Amino acid sequence: MISAIAATLDPLFDHGVGLAVFLIVLIRVAVAFAALMVAVMLMIWFERKLISDMQNRIGPNRAGPFGLLQSLADGIKLFFKEDLMPTGADRRVFLLAPYLSILPAFLAFAIVPIGGLITIAGHRFELQVADPPMGILFLLAMSAISVYGVMLAGWSSGSKYPLLGSVRASAQMVSYEAPLGITIVTVILLTGSLSTRAIVDAQAAHFWDWNLIRLGIVPFLIFMIAVTAEMNRPPFDLVEADSELVGGFNTEYSSLRFALFYLAEFMNTVTMSAIIVTLFLGGPDGPGFPFLRWLWPILWFLGKTFVFLFIYVWLRAALPRLRYDQLMNLGWKWLIPIALGWMLFVAGLRINEAWGLGILGVLVVLVGPALYRAVALGKRAGHLGEPRAAVVASPGLAKRSGLPAGGVPAGAVPAGGVPAGAGGSGPVHAPKPGSGGEEAP
Amino acid sequence: MHPGLVPVPLLATSLPDAITFAVSAVIVIAGAIGVVVARNPVHSALMLVMTLFGVAVLFVEQRADFLAAVQVIVYAGAIVVLFLFVIMLLGVDRREAVSADPLPWQRPLALVLSFCALGSVLALGFSGAWSTGAASVTGALPHRAGDTAALGKVVFTTYLLPFEVTAALLVIAVVAAVLLVRVPQLREQGGQAGAERGGAAGLEGDPEAVSDPGVDGDPQGLGERDREVVPS
Repeated sequence: MISAIAATLDPLFDHGVGLAVFLIVLIRVAVAFAALMVAVMLMIWFERKLISDMQNRIGPNRAGPFGLLQSLADGIKLFFKEDLMPTGADRRVFLLAPYLSILPAFLAFAIVPIGGLITIAGHRFELQVADPPMGILFLLAMSAISVYGVMLAGWSSGSKYPLLGSVRASAQMVSYEAPLGITIVTVILLTGSLSTRAIVDAQAAHFWDWNLIRLGIVPFLIFMIAVTAEMNRPPFDLVEADSELVGGFNTEYSSLRFALFYLAEFMNTVTMSAIIVTLFLGGPDGPGFPFLRWLWPILWFLGKTFVFLFIYVWLRAALPRLRYDQLMNLGWKWLIPIALGWMLFVAGLRINEAWGLGILGVLVVLVGPALYRAVALGKRAGHLGEPRAAVVASPGLAKRSGLPAGGVPAGAVPAGGVPAGAGGSGPVHAPKPGSGGEEAP
Repeated sequence: MHPGLVPVPLLATSLPDAITFAVSAVIVIAGAIGVVVARNPVHSALMLVMTLFGVAVLFVEQRADFLAAVQVIVYAGAIVVLFLFVIMLLGVDRREAVSADPLPWQRPLALVLSFCALGSVLALGFSGAWSTGAASVTGALPHRAGDTAALGKVVFTTYLLPFEVTAALLVIAVVAAVLLVRVPQLREQGGQAGAERGGAAGLEGDPEAVSDPGVDGDPQGLGERDREVVPS
């Protein structure tokens, strides 16, 4: 009967696509969703535990064995907390932003090849949610969309620090999308296809066929740095820099909506690690054994992804946060030129070796000094003025902006979500209770 | 007699296609109306994103995956983000006063022109063949890669020169924009030069960005501050 309904609903079934295939697709989506959620829970625990080890602390050890259920406990706690909304907030956008943040993180995982071919009930299919022809472009689209969550969360909160966080976020994420895209282009140049499955298949068999080695290690490094900046992980977490911006874009959020942001951040970490593995380390490629053939690719994939998760936690423990101008310099003056140059080099190698080496030579001889000169100029211009924080505190600007000459008083926005409006105005306008005020923007 | 008069195209497609088309068409049109109707520029920009997504879905439905991806990456991911960035920084994210119109003749003119546009679209739809003449000239694309391979081939062979010229034009535009923005600051050489270097770093130091009424949590004080040219 179900198949009869399905046949009337969807002519797909008339064309020989059975209910089994339909169910398999549904199961793939459900399994990927569940696996990602569990992975995120474990990732939160893993990060906290590992960073505790690195800092000589114990870390969460109360909920469950080894504190494994800590993230679950946190989730339940957040779920039962009061959902606050600041008076100055833009209601609809404020409610929308967390979902815009978490959706791209979910969707991007759909194109990751998790394992090899698998046969269930006579149907052979690839172990990944979807393999669309646009393939890796889908990742770029999703990472482009993920800017919105952060940006709108900060703006709609109607408060200063979140806005600063979101302005930083949008500039940072748009800047680092360029090197991200260019390094993906080098991978596509080598594979000749956008499909993630084709990218993985092209790297199969030997580890020296992995793009990590075939492309030279440079695109991999650039991709890794750009991805770290793209998902606002330390050392690029200026977006939520808790020592400068209280909590950054999510300062005014509480309860479940805050949990969504938190979840999105870790989900991004897992997804992007998986993407790095797919693009540069052969995805599920690795030596297998004659028994349980379907299992080994999955294990290889999980193992490689785990290495990157470890590296991300390590980076967080080891590196201090970049200053804003350092972040922009790194992105625009180093990563983009190097990624572009390397892309030309790879394109030249695709024609023949003479072309490739010729292009590399030209780049090194001509573009290298130009880049060096540009960076030196940028540095000199940078030293002309004071660092940004000092500029805010300088008397001239303070007069213009009506700030007290000491700069913004620290902690003007309490973490609980009460907007502090007085931070930027000289004579503090006392909020008049009960006088209504303007409608939210 | 004309393909436009026969209601075949919608019903001839499979039901899922028709449903997808209907849903995304509603999204596109709702978004487009929202862009015009919303008073808040940020809401307008978000509605624009919705429209772009709907169009992307329509592209996917037509097997134009590459176009769909590029639509989302370039338009939704870069251009509207830039819009929002500017809206946030310049603090124009407040309700516009639409009662006072600096150009009194522009609304009647807009009305007349939109009716002209609507009329011509309808005339095209009902009188002639649909604007391109035929439903498809060559049939479906042969490649599994869909439009990506076909587009790539065309862009790098037939239309190589326009493609390269466009690229050069865009680069020139970017360089010119940077030059126009930077020159006065290099002359200034003051303490602020440091703050203004690098797009967003300078903008963040800009007091307007912090104290605009749309984003500040204190509407009471802001109304006053907004009226003052130089805050005390």
